[in-house]
Amino acid sequence: MTPSTLQTLPQGIEYVRILPEIVLSAFGIVIMLLDPLVDQRRSSRMLGTIALIGSLAAIAASQYQTQCPPGTAFWDMVRVDAFSIFFHIVVTTVTAVVILTSFEYMDVQQLHAGEYYALVLFGAVGMCLMSSAVELVLIFIALEISSISTYILAGYRRRVAISSESSVKYFLLGSFATAFFLYGVALMFGATGSTSIAKIGETLNAGPVPLLAYVAIALMFVGLGFKVAAAPFHIWTPDVYEGAPAPIVGFMSTAPKAAVFAVLLRVLFEAHAPGRLWLIWVVAALSMTLGNIGALVQDNIKRLLAYSSIAHAGYLLVAFAALPSSGIPAAMFYTAAYAAMNVGCFAVISHFASAGERRVTLEDYAGLGRRSPILAATLTLFLLSLIGIPITGGFFAKFYVFSAALQADLVGLTVIGVLNSAVGAYYYLRVIVMMYMREPREETPVAPIPFGLGAALAISGFATLYLGLLPGRVLEYARSAAALLR
Amino acid sequence: MQPVATTFFFYLLSGLAVLGGILVITRKNPVHSALALILTLLSLAGLYLMLYAPFVAGVQIILYAGGIMVLFLFVIMLVNLERSAKEEQFNKQWIAGTAAALALGVLFILVYTGGKALFPEHLAQLPEQSNTQEVAILLYGNYMFAFEIASLLLLVAIIGAVVMAKKRI
Repeated sequence: MTPSTLQTLPQGIEYVRILPEIVLSAFGIVIMLLDPLVDQRRSSRMLGTIALIGSLAAIAASQYQTQCPPGTAFWDMVRVDAFSIFFHIVVTTVTAVVILTSFEYMDVQQLHAGEYYALVLFGAVGMCLMSSAVELVLIFIALEISSISTYILAGYRRRVAISSESSVKYFLLGSFATAFFLYGVALMFGATGSTSIAKIGETLNAGPVPLLAYVAIALMFVGLGFKVAAAPFHIWTPDVYEGAPAPIVGFMSTAPKAAVFAVLLRVLFEAHAPGRLWLIWVVAALSMTLGNIGALVQDNIKRLLAYSSIAHAGYLLVAFAALPSSGIPAAMFYTAAYAAMNVGCFAVISHFASAGERRVTLEDYAGLGRRSPILAATLTLFLLSLIGIPITGGFFAKFYVFSAALQADLVGLTVIGVLNSAVGAYYYLRVIVMMYMREPREETPVAPIPFGLGAALAISGFATLYLGLLPGRVLEYARSAAALLR
Repeated sequence: MQPVATTFFFYLLSGLAVLGGILVITRKNPVHSALALILTLLSLAGLYLMLYAPFVAGVQIILYAGGIMVLFLFVIMLVNLERSAKEEQFNKQWIAGTAAALALGVLFILVYTGGKALFPEHLAQLPEQSNTQEVAILLYGNYMFAFEIASLLLLVAIIGAVVMAKKRI
């Protein structure tokens, strides 16, 4: 580091490479500043609208990034290419859908909106930054921004005991997991003398891999595995998802996971991490099996989907064990498809739960098909997609993952995955059977679908069907992005 | 610059650090525990100085032995000291805990004696001069972006503390 490099200030293009993050932070700060100024009764709608505009502007900013030449910014801390833009768009779109879902939810639950929307936007900054950071120090800071926002959002229903429980559990275990990640980063620096992913890759490729690098990768994998709820680091998931506000569960089960998977892809493939195969094999098999078996006995739909999200983390990790050429695009496609269907599921749940989140057991969903045909139909679409039925995004997601695994001769893992999909179909179908073939327990009509929720359902439903009917374009984009990682 | 009696000071400081750690968990009075923790933190600062890292040593003293210890003491003053003094010091799992700690210690020794490959062959180059300046140049040069973005992390943490702690928002 010579003093002369200090004199080169960042160029204009470098600011474009963090444009979505700048836009999201600016809108978050505007919301914080406006919150004390506007009338309490109308603040929820107004701040929500500003947050929505912010997330839409961030989507536009990510789109704009595709027009600019890919490259690094801020002394190789950030790299924006097709790979990071893919995850930027997933994260910002999920953010927009979650904000649309929250409009009505905040009113019904009588929650204060200001900090809520600001934290959602700040969390999205962390997630966007995670997917474009190519420096372990920056990845750590971005991971913490995203994690701390979600810890607080998990406990946002402060009058409810299980919400606080959810927040405290998530915070304590999450901090512990972050410590593992940080320890791994420190050891990786010790083994290779750098925290830049590209330089780590160079060092590991050049000579014999020091044993210390294996330890470092294992520790980093523990930290990141916790964040994506992969077994055996999954114990927190059902409790946290049960207590957290429903739209936030939709948020934290999709957007941060997508970002952490982006980090994992970069760390494992771009840094050519040693000894990754059997590690991922074991974690993927465990996650699929434990997640699906755990979900079989759940009566609370949020807990059921929590176990389902563990299982889906497992399916996704199958792609990580495959060859990079087919595994990376499959993993990217899966993240997008999973984000679309899961955020849609939780949009339905957050509407149906009503004040105080009273209706969250499977029994409550009895007869929903008659009481609210539209809600039942959309939830059915998302659940069918989670099973992996054709014409939905979930089908192609699983198809690409398993075919990538077969190409890499991972027959055992594929068999475990397919068997688990069959087990998984049981509990998703249980919800659908409950909705259409049981007599409703109460005849009170479900509250009509408000505009915001309708838009959220339309976007996630459209995305699920689009990925199921015309997967080619997204997959092609993912392929071209994956080529940049190797 | 040739270091003097490195081995002696290393064992002295490490011994003090371990002694402080044992005192932290064995004292009944939490204030005594906190004071013992200062001993550990200061010995660690001494170890950092031996590694020619005056900046880390300074941060260790100012942040940990200074700021965080004051916070600890505040919290200790706020909780009921008399009740905690009467409570049982160790729960029933202390045998399992000791066994796990011993096993970990044995593992460390085995790794150290048997796994020389775990550690890089060459010793890290220790810059003897202007260590703090080097840190500053990196922080405001290559790592400027990470340094700036950390302010967003702090902002989120502050908002979180307010949301969690305030009675009505």
